[in-house]
Amino acid sequence: MSRFAPVSSPTLTPSADYPLGHSDSVDYEFKSGAGLTEHTVRQISAFKHEPSWMLNLRLSALAQFNHMPTPEWGGDLSPIDFAKIHYYLKPSQQSVGDWDKVDSRIKNTFDRIGVPQAEREILAGVKAQFDSEVIYSSLKSFLSKKGVIFLGMDEGLKQYPDLIRRYFGKLVPAGDNKLAALNTAVWSGGSFVYIPKNTRVDLPLQAYFRINSPNAGQFERTLIIAEEGSSVHYVEGCSAPAYSEGSLHAAVVEIFVKPGATVQYTTVQNWYKNVYNLVTKRARVEEEGHMRWVDGNLGSRLTMKYPSCFLMGRKATGETLSLALAGSGQHQDTGAKMYHLASETSSQILAKSVSFGGGRTSYRGLIQINPAAAGSRSKVVCDALILDSSSRSDTYPTNRILNSQSTVEHEATVSRVGEDQLFYLMTRGLSEQQSETLIVNGFLSPIIKQIPLEYAVEMNRLVDLEMEGSVG
Amino acid sequence: MSLEVSHLTVQVENKTLLDDVSFELKKGEIIGLMGPNGSGKSTLALTLMGHPRYQIISGEILIDKTNITKFSPDERANLGLFLAFQYPSAIAGVNVRQLVTSADRPALQVKRRAQKLAKNLGLDADLVNRSLNLDFSGGEKKKMEVLQMDLLKPKYAILDEIDSGLDLDALRLISDSIKSSSAGIMVITHYPRLLKLISPDLVLILKSGKIVKSGGKEVISRLEKSGYSKL
Repeated sequence: MSRFAPVSSPTLTPSADYPLGHSDSVDYEFKSGAGLTEHTVRQISAFKHEPSWMLNLRLSALAQFNHMPTPEWGGDLSPIDFAKIHYYLKPSQQSVGDWDKVDSRIKNTFDRIGVPQAEREILAGVKAQFDSEVIYSSLKSFLSKKGVIFLGMDEGLKQYPDLIRRYFGKLVPAGDNKLAALNTAVWSGGSFVYIPKNTRVDLPLQAYFRINSPNAGQFERTLIIAEEGSSVHYVEGCSAPAYSEGSLHAAVVEIFVKPGATVQYTTVQNWYKNVYNLVTKRARVEEEGHMRWVDGNLGSRLTMKYPSCFLMGRKATGETLSLALAGSGQHQDTGAKMYHLASETSSQILAKSVSFGGGRTSYRGLIQINPAAAGSRSKVVCDALILDSSSRSDTYPTNRILNSQSTVEHEATVSRVGEDQLFYLMTRGLSEQQSETLIVNGFLSPIIKQIPLEYAVEMNRLVDLEMEGSVG
Repeated sequence: MSLEVSHLTVQVENKTLLDDVSFELKKGEIIGLMGPNGSGKSTLALTLMGHPRYQIISGEILIDKTNITKFSPDERANLGLFLAFQYPSAIAGVNVRQLVTSADRPALQVKRRAQKLAKNLGLDADLVNRSLNLDFSGGEKKKMEVLQMDLLKPKYAILDEIDSGLDLDALRLISDSIKSSSAGIMVITHYPRLLKLISPDLVLILKSGKIVKSGGKEVISRLEKSGYSKL
C-alpha cells in the first residue's frame, strides 16, 4: 500500500502491459538456427557476400569467444544460454532508400514506437534497423555532397571495404572481452559513419533499431570516423517488444576522433525488461579532439556498459553523461572510463541513477592518468537516488593517477526520496505518483538539459512511462 | 462555506498530541492560533493536511460539509485546502512553476502570475525558475509559500509560522497578501506583531493539545502582558 493511500478514492491498477510491448508478425527470409558454431558464422558471412578477411576475423573471434570465460565481476550473466540464441535473422524486406517502399507492417511498428514519421523531416538521415538488417535508410543529398557516409554497416562493408578494414576492430579488438569477441564473430547491422576533414554535420544522424523476434540476438557493429576538424552528433535509440525468453544484445561501437574533431554519441536505451544489454563502446580522441557520450539507460534486465575515451593527443577531452533508471527486476551496471594518455587532457563524468521498486543501479567508473599525461584534469560526479527500501545503489570508482601534476575530483551522493518531500508536493495537489515522478525528473534534469530538446522530451516521456505504477 | 474541525483527537506513537479540538474557519475569515512551544500547533496544521504520521483517533474534518478525515493530501488540496509549511522541503531540479502548473493552470499563465506575485512580495524574480527552496534564505522560503498560496487560490489556508525569520518590510508585504485573500485563513504564530497587522476575527490559544482560550483581539493583549502561564 502507498504511504499516502487515500481510503476513499478509487484504485487505478496500472496496466501490466509494457507500453511498447507489441510484437508484429514479420516474415523472415532467413533465420539462423539456435546456437553458435563455425557453420553459423560461415553462413552469416556467406549470406552477406563478405570479403575473406572479414570471414577470417569472424572465425578467429569465434575461437576467442569459445575460450574466454563469462565475466563475473559485474551483473549476473549466468542465465544467458549462448546455445539457445539465434545469431542471425534477415527480414524478407530488403534495404531500401525510399520510405514509401517500406513494408507497411514494419512502418506500423515504427509508428507505434512513435519515431521517425514525426522526426525524419528534421533529422539529417534516418536509419532504421529492423532486427538484424537495415531496412530503411535515407540521406539528404547535401550530406552526400559533403562526402559524408552514413550507411548500414553491411552496406558500408560492401561499398568501402578498404576504409573499414583499416579501422574495424582496431579500437575494440575481438579479444577485449567475451562479448566483444561474440559481436565480432556474428555482428550484423549497425552503422558506418565517415565525416571528411573540416566537415560539420549540424543535424544529428539518427538510428533506431529494435529486437523483434524471440531469442533474437542483436549484434550491431558501429564504426564512426570523424576526420580532422570535423564534427558530428550520432543518436541511437532503441525499444524492444515484450518476450518471455531472454534476449541478448551485445553491440560494439568504435569511434575515431581525429585532431580537433568533435563527436557526440547519444543513446536512449529502452530495451524490454528481459534483454541482456552488454555493450562495449570506445572512442579514441586525438589532439584537441572532443568526445562526448550521452548514455541514457532505462530499459533491459541487465545493462553492463561503460563508454570509454582514450585521450591520446595533447589537450584531448572526453565527457560522459550517464543516466540510469532501474525498476523492478532491473540492474543497470553503468558508468564510464577515461584513459589519459597525453598531456593536458581533461575528462568529466556526470552520472545520475534512480532505483525503485526493487531495482538496482551500480556506478562503475575508471579514471586512469598515465605518467605521460602531465597536467591532466578529471572530474567525476555521481549521484544516486533511491526511491524505496527494496531498491539498491552501489558505487565502484577506480582512480589510477600515475603522475603528480594532475588533478582528480570525485563527488558522490546517495539520497532517498523522503516522506516529507512527497507530502510537501502532494499538498500542492499532485498525486503521490506525480510527486515521485517530479522528484525523479528534477534529479535527472542536470543531464536532460544537456541533450538536444527532441531527445530530452523523449527521455522525459520514457522516464514518466517507467515510473508509472511504481508507487504501490 | 467553512472548514470545520470537530472533536479532533490525534496521536503519534500512542502519545496524544491533540485532544478534542474543535473550531470552524469560515471562508473570508482569519483565525489566529497561538500557543507555547510543543502545544500542538504544527501537529494541527499537518493533521488537517493529511500527513500520514498523525493518527486521528476520533473526530472529523469537513470542508464545505465534505468529510475529508480520510482523504489523501492531494485530494484535500484539490478540494481547496492549503498549508504553508513551517519548514518547506527543498526539491532539486523542480521549480515552483512546475509544482503549480496543471490542466486548470496552464504553464504560461502560471509563469506570468508567478513573476508578478514575486515582484509584489519583494522576491527575486529568478527564484521562480530555480530549484524550489534549495539554498533559499529563511525569508525567501516563507515568501515562496505565500506565493504558492496566491497561485493556487485555496478556499482555506493554514499558515504555519509564516512570520518567523521575516524582517518588518517582509512582514508587512505578507500581511497585505493575507488580508487581500478571499480564503479562510488560519495563521499560526508566536508573535502578536503579525496578528496586529491582519486583525483576526478570532484568536485561539492551544496548550497541551487543547484549545484553552477563544476570543477576540483582547486575547492578544492579555497574552502580551502575562504570557501563557496565566491562561
